[in-house]
Amino acid sequence: MPKIRNAAIHGYGVYIPMFRIKGAELAKVWGKNASDLPVKEKAVAGLDEDTVTMAVEASKYALKRAGVDASSISAVHVGTESKPYAVKPSGTLVAEILGTSRKTTSADLEFACKAGTEAVQFITALVEAGRIDYGLAIGADTAQGRPGDALEYTAASGAAALVIGPAKNDCVAKFDYSVSFVTDTPDFWRRSYERYPVHASRFTGEPAYFHHTISAVNTILSENGYSVNDIDYFVFHQPNVKFPLAVAKVLSIPTSKVVPGLVADMVGNTYAACSMVALAKILDIASPGQRILATSYGSGAGSDSFVLTVCDGILEKRNRAPTYTELLSRRKEIDYSTYLKYRDKIRM
Amino acid sequence: MKPLTSRPPFYWRLRPFIYRLEGSRCSVCGHFHPLNRVVCRRCGSRTLERERLNNAGRLVNYTVVHQAQEGFEKTTPYLVGWVEMDDGTNLVGQLTDCDPQDLKVGMTIEMVVRKLRVDGDSNLIVYGVKFRPLVQR
Ligand SMILES: [Zn+2]
Repeated sequence: MPKIRNAAIHGYGVYIPMFRIKGAELAKVWGKNASDLPVKEKAVAGLDEDTVTMAVEASKYALKRAGVDASSISAVHVGTESKPYAVKPSGTLVAEILGTSRKTTSADLEFACKAGTEAVQFITALVEAGRIDYGLAIGADTAQGRPGDALEYTAASGAAALVIGPAKNDCVAKFDYSVSFVTDTPDFWRRSYERYPVHASRFTGEPAYFHHTISAVNTILSENGYSVNDIDYFVFHQPNVKFPLAVAKVLSIPTSKVVPGLVADMVGNTYAACSMVALAKILDIASPGQRILATSYGSGAGSDSFVLTVCDGILEKRNRAPTYTELLSRRKEIDYSTYLKYRDKIRM
Repeated sequence: MKPLTSRPPFYWRLRPFIYRLEGSRCSVCGHFHPLNRVVCRRCGSRTLERERLNNAGRLVNYTVVHQAQEGFEKTTPYLVGWVEMDDGTNLVGQLTDCDPQDLKVGMTIEMVVRKLRVDGDSNLIVYGVKFRPLVQR
């Protein structure tokens, strides 16, 4: 599958809003048993936050790490399923707020939870082709679950951004290979003008998340002559904590290579940002020379998988902006009624 | 003053300052002005250069607003802070991601861009500068 010859992460940034609601609080409201919840708690965007503001925060940290001035950025692609506007790009707003070059490609991408890694596919290709020097690939979402629905426990808010440019010695990690694997699968969707998505429980696990995630991982490993042993960290999309661990079991991946990249337990499922936030969490701790396999999953359905090698630049650059753990420690717990207000579920 | 509604062109003109704290600095006396200016308000000089303020500063003082200006009713009570940016420029703006008990006069703050309000009739989302306690590294 496609070898990526000359594209690398120069900077990465995460943003996690400070408000958290516990799974137990949601379970209490809906009379559910709090002992078997998909995640412990989830991050909730504040009243003045949305996909654009969170994308900007993550991008500012990514630019800071990269040491690249915003004016050198000439592609801004935001992957999201919660655009503030149905029509009006989020990318141009993000670009204007950051002060990127005017000569910038910009489009919002939609592919449920893999829209962010779809932006990575685009921007690595633009860089490799020599069309741009640097671009921003962003995954950001303020995911919404219908009150009382199973998704309400996990649908969270967050963002992650990567500054991608040509492979150089001082980069954070270089891309080696990528693969995309898609089929038409009706596991989750939201029609125009609908506020909340519909999910077909029958499809959620086996034919959707597991089939695409495992197919992408197997393809990228076998076609490039890698085995599980050649990879130091595996990063997955996380609709909950069980799913990525189940994939690890199927593929005989030691849990020690998966657990460091788990984020859903404390942040929830940040949709298009999820696997990118998890990748950032690994970049906070990985050493030069280590190999990461990052795989997203988006309903509808498909997975993007990337093999990356961590480079020397990581050691200095990771300290230039707040880490995943530092952002996570900024925490204010809210109750269900505050949550309803923040997520605009109270309509007057 | 005109009611705060349906003014997309007004916010559009403010973008350099409310998105990025860009303005003009007087080369003679050093005074910083939001947006583009031809003549310095302080000394009358006509040599001004475009500049973007550093996004950090310190909190000089703050107040809690309970009686909201039109368009901000949903967010009351909210905090308004007086901040001195690193270059000495004084700005006033909303504080976010904090409660009064989190604030200390003199603390380091940083500029963030947030949703300020939704423009009445047009439903346009207005984004702009707010301040918050610096996210610690
Ligand atoms: Zn002057």
